[in-house]
This record gives sequence, structure tokens and C-alpha cells, in this order.
Amino acid sequence: MSEKYVSLRNLTLSYGKTVAVPNLNLDVVEGELIALLGPSGCGKTTTMRAIAGLLTPTSGTIVIDGRDVTRVAANKRGIGLVFQSYALFPHLSAFENVAFGLRLQKMPETEIRQRTEAGIATVGLAGFEKRKPAEMSGGQQQRLALARSLVMEPKVLLLDEPLSNLDARLRLEMRTELQRVQKKTGVTMVFVTHDQSEALALADRIVLMKDGKIEQLGTPHQLYAEPATAFAAEFMGFENIFRVQGENLVSDFGQLPLGFKATSPMLAWRPSGVQVGQGPLSGRVSASSFAGGHREYVIDTALGQIKADAPIETLEVPLGENIAFDLPKSNARQLSA
Amino acid sequence: MKNLTSWAIIGLTLIFLIGPFIIIIFAGASAGESLAFPPDGLSLRWYLKVFTIESFRQSFVLSMGLAIFGTLAALLLGIPAAYALNRYELPGAETIRTVVASPIIVPGIIVGLALLRYMVIPLDVTVTVALFMAHTALVLPYAVRVVSSSLNNLRSDMEEAAVLLGCTRLQAFTKVVLPNIRGGVLAAFILGFVTSFNQVPVSLFLSGPGVRTLPIDMLAYMEITYDPSVAALSALLAFMSLAIVFIAERLLGFSRYV
Ligand SMILES: Nc1ncnc2c1ncn2[C@@H]1O[C@H](COP(=O)(O)OP(=O)(O)O)[C@@H](O)[C@H]1O
Ligand SMILES: [Mg+2]
Repeated sequence: MSEKYVSLRNLTLSYGKTVAVPNLNLDVVEGELIALLGPSGCGKTTTMRAIAGLLTPTSGTIVIDGRDVTRVAANKRGIGLVFQSYALFPHLSAFENVAFGLRLQKMPETEIRQRTEAGIATVGLAGFEKRKPAEMSGGQQQRLALARSLVMEPKVLLLDEPLSNLDARLRLEMRTELQRVQKKTGVTMVFVTHDQSEALALADRIVLMKDGKIEQLGTPHQLYAEPATAFAAEFMGFENIFRVQGENLVSDFGQLPLGFKATSPMLAWRPSGVQVGQGPLSGRVSASSFAGGHREYVIDTALGQIKADAPIETLEVPLGENIAFDLPKSNARQLSA
Repeated sequence: MKNLTSWAIIGLTLIFLIGPFIIIIFAGASAGESLAFPPDGLSLRWYLKVFTIESFRQSFVLSMGLAIFGTLAALLLGIPAAYALNRYELPGAETIRTVVASPIIVPGIIVGLALLRYMVIPLDVTVTVALFMAHTALVLPYAVRVVSSSLNNLRSDMEEAAVLLGCTRLQAFTKVVLPNIRGGVLAAFILGFVTSFNQVPVSLFLSGPGVRTLPIDMLAYMEITYDPSVAALSALLAFMSLAIVFIAERLLGFSRYV
């Protein structure tokens, strides 16, 4: 099990004069499922295309399984890529789509047949061999694209927002499916997404990216519980983030007294971390909605809006009324900047 | 009332478009000796006579050859050109598009004259070669245009997927791009074929002893002999074009591509 199965060293990627990814360093462990997470335009696709060999780096090196592939052509790298649009071949049947890469390797027909059928079965598409991609649903096309890459037994399988074109229910189903296939094949997967819940649910490790740089890298649990920066915290659902100035919390709108001594320049609370119904602070309820297990309040305060989730058993406060709350130390996440 | 007016307009348009065709069919089916409408009685003799006229047979073969091979050559040049214009951000792509389209814009008679004056005479190429070049150039804009519109509908990530599965760029083109623009290529071929076959002005200056395209030969024939055989031949050719377009439409929804 190599700790540096895929190794990106000082990788700079540009489009003409525009630098999309400056000086990226990242190691991917063999057999892991790692997620590149970040908002649209942060360089996820660009990074992936560079690993695949579809984009030549401006500088830096890419090492895969101990071999420097920086100058190796895309068709000789042995890397699979599942495109966001699937990029299936519309003129070929499902079977021929999956067999496409094997045929190029001039394999005996019986082996092609056997491996293609196995690949189709792995993604649960047995019986659909003769269909054209246009005659398949979005989820089936997604599976087909996955099978087409998997049968090549790639060293690394890259997936670019593979679930973003699916509806919500199918997305959840394909999440589990992807995880199952990954455990079964043991293939190293680099998974791109802008959906933090997807990354949290699927990945062994998450690389949070911002403007082409790594903002934070860690296990889903680390990122969820201990985001280091305001950007990471926001991505992980800390909706109340404020600066600390002496004894006060400050925002662009005003300030509120902080009940404890803070050592970090910023503090953040999840809506569920805000204590509602009692406390030294108060504000006016400007929105309130029932969300099953809890009630979501938006409270107008001197700091601006604070989002708070109240347990369902606490007394409901009507719109426009004042509500007492607290930003407790125990739920505060300290942020560096 | 509004309905009546629109029907009247459609009717007039159809008469205007199809009328000459009907006149030609009947003029060719005349039993008389000279070209006239309405015909002097009906017979098929002129339709049969067409096949016995030696110069028509020769020029038909030439026109057929020009239409087929000229269009093939235009596709051979036009497909890569369309691909390059479509896939790469070439400097001066607009200029290239304009130059490629110029044979449509420049009057054919000038193209023909220019080819005669600056190629056939100084370079001493044969008339057949000059005709071949002229027809290739003439069909090229259609080839580029029609193939381009097919390529526009084809996402480039399909080729990248093929490359990642082991294809070279060329293999990705032949195994993935070509099969998916097949319809457009066939449409371009038919459009090019018909354009070339019916071409008059460019070919006007490019004829030599025994080397004439069919339309030019028909013009020459009419200057000497004013019998209905030219009308009969025109009708036959119109039917041929019609059949080709009809089959193409049936096979691949030709009208989508033009
Ligand atoms: N073909 C391109 N030409 C120029 N700039 C590009 C191109 N593709 C992406 N970019 C730029 O590079 C940056 C990263 O893009 P991308 O990797 O696609 O982001 P993501 O996949 O994270 O949404 C963006 O600022 C984007 O505008
Ligand atoms: Mg992207």
C-alpha cells in the first residue's frame, strides 16, 4: 500500500496567462477514495485533467505508482476518467462502449467478452448490453461510464462531479453504488464534487480547495468537526462566523459582547450550536420554520442575522418577538482566519 | 379570408416552383420535331433519343465523374478543415471561414474565367484537371459548412474519453468522431454532388475538344439543334436529383443538415 501512489509536486496549471492552480502539492494513498471539494471554479476539473494527461502542467511533476508521468501522453497513463457529462459513445451499444478500450488492446475476443460482461455486471447493468446510451436513463448512463473506465483496470479512477446530473434520490443511490464498487475493486479514486455532504459521505479523505490552493486536507470527521478557516467552516455548515475583537464579537453590522475569553481571531457556531430560549443575548425572530426534528430560527441581532436550530421541545417564539439566545463557548469553533 | 389568402400564396409559390418542371416534362414528351409547349402530341421518342446521342453520353460520364470525385476531394479537404476550425482556436479562423466560403460568394463565371486565364493557359493543365479543381473548390464551402454543423453537435469530451481509453488522436477521430458525423458527411456529399452536377457558369470557360460537362453540352446542342431532346434530358436529370434527395431524406433526414 503506497502512501504516495499519486504524487503532485509543485504543480502549476494555467490556461494561457491565467494561472488556475498555483503550486499544488498532494499525495493520494493507494486504494483510497479521496474527494476534491470546493466551489465552482476553484480548479478541481483542471487538477483532474492534469492528472489524466489532458492538460500539460506549466511546471511541477506528477508521479503515479512510482513513475514520473508528467510528460507521458494521456493514452499511455493507464488512468480512467468518468466525465461529468459521461461522454459515452452514442453510436455504440452499451456492450461496445465498455469493450471499446479492450478492443484497442487487441485482446482475444473471448477475453474481451468476458471482461466486458463482468464489468457490466459489476455496475448492475446486465441485460442492457444491446441498448444505445440514448436509450438509457441518467443513472444507467452513469453506471455505463463507470464500467467503461473500470474494465480498463486503471491505476487511478478520476470522477468529475459524477453525480451532479442525477436527481436527488438517484444521487444517494449512486453514492452507495460508487462506494460498493470502490471497495470491491480496490481502485484508487479521486472524486470531484462541490457538494460537501457528498464528500463527507463518500470520501476517506477530503481535499478542500479554494482558488486553486488546498485550504484544508483531512478525514471527513476532521473537516466537519475541526475546520481551520472561515472558508472551511462555512463549507462545513458553520453558518455563524464572526471576528473577535477583545471582549466582543464583531461583524460588518455591529458587535455583541462575548461571554468568554477567546484566543483565536475568529469564532464560528453551527445553527445547532446556538443555544435558544435562554441566555444573555437577545434578538428579534425574523424567520422561523419547522424542519422535522428541530425548528430553524433566523434571529436579527446587532451582528446581523444569526441562524439557530432550536430543539423541537423548546417553546416556540412567534415572528417579530424577542428571543433569548447564547453563543456558548462549548460549541464555538476557533478559526485562524 | 386570411386562410384563403395564405392558401393562394402557397398555391402560387408551388406553381412558380413546380411549373417549369412540368413544362419541361411535357415539352420533352412531344411527338413533334421542335421544342414547344404545349407539345405537338405525346410520345417518348425524345426521351429515348437522348440515350443515343454520343456527346451527351460522354459529357454525362464527365459530369458524373466530376460530381463524384470533386465532391470526394472537397470532403477530404473539408472534413479536416471543419474539424480544425471547430476544435481549435485558430488565429484568423474567421478569415479562413471567409476564404473557404468565397467560391459561393464570387460569381461562378469569374471563378471559371480566372481558372482559365491563370491556371489552364499558363500552367498548361488539361481542361479535365481544371474542371476537377474548379468543382472541388466549388463544393468545398458546402462540405465545410455542413460538416461543421454536425461537429458542433458533438461534444469534444467524447474524444478525450476515447484517448483515455487508449486511442491516439487520429484513432479517436476515426473511431468516435467520424461515425457520429456520418449523417452530416453524407448530406454534404449529396449537396456537393447536386451542386457540382448542375454547375454551369464555372464550367462555361472550361471546355475543350470532346471535354464538356453535361449542362454545357446541352447549351451547345441547343444552339445547333432545337429539338425536344434537351427538354427530355433536363427532365431526366431533374428526376435523378429528386430521387437522390428523396432517398437521402428517407435514409437520414437529409433536411436536418442543410
Ligand atoms: N478552457 C479554459 N480556458 C480558460 N480558463 C479556464 C478554462 N477552464 C477553466 N478555466 C478557469 O480555470 C479555473 C478553474 O476551473 P475548473 O478547474 O474548471 O474549476 P472547477 O472544476 O473547480 O469548477 C476557473 O477560474 C476557470 O475560469
Ligand atoms: Mg469542474
